[in-house]
Amino acid sequence: MTSLLETERSPAPLFDPDRPRPRAHWAPGQLPELFGSLGASAAVVAVAFTVGGLFTLSIRTMLFGELVCVMIGFLLIFGILTALRHGPIVAKDRLATVGIWVGASIALFPLVQMVLSVIGHGGSVVFEHFPDFLTHDRVDNGMGNAIIGTFEQVGLATFYTVPISLLTATFLSETSSAFSRIVRTIVDAMMGTPSIIAGLFVYLIWVQPKGTNGYSGFAASLALAVLMLPLMIRTAEEVIRVVPGSLREAALALGAPRWKVSLRIVLPTVRSGLLTAMILGVALGVGETAPTLFTAHGSEVYNFNPFSGVQANLPLQAFQLIQSPSPDLVRQAWGGAFILVFMILGLFTATRILSRQRVGAPRRRFRRPRKEVELP
Amino acid sequence: MTSALRSPSEAIEEAPSETPLALRRASTGHDRIFLGILYGASAIVLLIISGILLFLAWNGWPALHYSGLHIITSQHYAPTGTHPSFGLLGVLVGTISIAVIALLVGVPIAVSAALMINEYAPRKIRRVLTSLVDLLAVLPSLLYGLWGHIVLSPEVSNILVWLSHHADFFPLFRDPELEYVGSIFLCGLVVGIMIIPIVTSVSREVMSQVPRDTCEAALALGGTRWGMVTDVILPFAKNGIVGGILLGLARALGETVAVLIILSQTNVIQWHILEPGGGDIPALIANLFVSVPHLAKSSMTFAGLLLFVTIFVLNLIARRIVGRPKVSIA
Repeated sequence: MTSLLETERSPAPLFDPDRPRPRAHWAPGQLPELFGSLGASAAVVAVAFTVGGLFTLSIRTMLFGELVCVMIGFLLIFGILTALRHGPIVAKDRLATVGIWVGASIALFPLVQMVLSVIGHGGSVVFEHFPDFLTHDRVDNGMGNAIIGTFEQVGLATFYTVPISLLTATFLSETSSAFSRIVRTIVDAMMGTPSIIAGLFVYLIWVQPKGTNGYSGFAASLALAVLMLPLMIRTAEEVIRVVPGSLREAALALGAPRWKVSLRIVLPTVRSGLLTAMILGVALGVGETAPTLFTAHGSEVYNFNPFSGVQANLPLQAFQLIQSPSPDLVRQAWGGAFILVFMILGLFTATRILSRQRVGAPRRRFRRPRKEVELP
Repeated sequence: MTSALRSPSEAIEEAPSETPLALRRASTGHDRIFLGILYGASAIVLLIISGILLFLAWNGWPALHYSGLHIITSQHYAPTGTHPSFGLLGVLVGTISIAVIALLVGVPIAVSAALMINEYAPRKIRRVLTSLVDLLAVLPSLLYGLWGHIVLSPEVSNILVWLSHHADFFPLFRDPELEYVGSIFLCGLVVGIMIIPIVTSVSREVMSQVPRDTCEAALALGGTRWGMVTDVILPFAKNGIVGGILLGLARALGETVAVLIILSQTNVIQWHILEPGGGDIPALIANLFVSVPHLAKSSMTFAGLLLFVTIFVLNLIARRIVGRPKVSIA
């Protein structure tokens, strides 16, 4: 086969990888781009360090200053160089490119650094006393009571919000009336409810009337539900909108009543998306501190009963530990934050895995229809 | 409920043989019940929102009645004692300045991050970055507060101390001996970092809806990439970005825990924003609400009402401008 190809004299190909390439000749005015930027940065670093050396600075402050000076200087020199060679339009484009990359790294740097420092500080605390930190209560330098509290409060809140949000989302996507438009607007506006207001509201309607023993995990779950509800409704509604109208019409045309179309056709079609919406709500609930301040109020010991007495909560306990003057307790706060990040990361990963599923992917287990419809 | 699916033969038997089948489907009794349940569930949302408004207004009224207009024109806030005084001006100004600083810090960075993810980043890391931004948007504010207080605050303080030694002509640096922690500026900085993911996420979503062929047309006409960004993408996505900014603003105004951890609250106006002191409505409520007498609780409830209504209106405006910002879940 190869020999055959070789013997045939084909016209010279347009691109021949073996042909020697023409050597780049660098005239003094035409140095490649890379050299321009490298030269610019080298010049700037040199200048900046010379200037920085003139002041006596703590090393960290100096590094920050250097970075800022280097950045400004680089933009200046690089900009002038490009403008001289390619004109102002290209110079603007290049500068904008550098600016956008720098902006994006400034955005990501503190955020990533934050996650890393939580993992670093918190991980060491959690793994130092490994199972104990998760099982003991706060009196014994652990987070167990708070973890139980978080599970119970968020669990209760999920218990109320899931049915309400699914029904409301169905209502918003399956019907259209003046009422549904109002509800949709209100839900959208409610998404930004400040978390402290939710706590304040539940304090006023539930905790205060009950007097001194009004604080309970249940009250906290109400406050969390107020915050979780709009997010869940909103996401679920968006998910339900994905279901094609033809599917509904097909079911209706076959004579199915509307409630059956909603519950048996529409909702099951997007169940993975709905689950994602619910998990997002739960992730929000797990992380909220402010609404639990006046409702669960925090406790230093185990309280398994969410319906009576003060109860701890993971973010709340971490917050209370930060406020304490003892550095040991502040370290424990990092441990609490670590557990929090771990939980939220888990929930988030679950949403990613779910969202990869195809809409309307079949359930694993098929059920055979009980009766076969006989056609005449 | 018997089977809703009637077999075709049954249906044909019912129909008179010559006229075509009437296509009228009255909703069944079950349908009406189902619709009733749906209405009921949706009414709960309205109940909650009107409940919040009513309870806040009801409980905030005594303080408003007691202080009159002073409640928003005075900055003397002394909740305890025999003659308490509830001037909320200090905390109002503090809340607004934290939000403004947060926007100044967060928005340019967030928009450039959104541009980077959508236009400049290689296709391969685009998905990863999108996921990362969405993850950062769900991290609780407690983490931001903790990190801001323990990691960021000393660094910023170092820089500010150095600047105050060497650039003391700048009016915000008064006293070279100060430590510059617990300030309004630091809160604004941390809250600004906190709103970056949410603003990025919304702006990126809108930018990704710009028609690709228009972008490519701009490039094909010989435009630079920056030209495409300024002349095609930004004009198209302008409304969405503004909506994202308003969402970020609402979050910044309502942020409680991060501010509560960082700010040294004095509840008066602190014009020297780099120095400790100042106030913030959510932080004030979170800090003092449980421990003060009834009338002071009422004044805080009034402050909460102001905040709630402001944020609610901001959200409504955001919705008007953007249509509906998509909640990204995938």
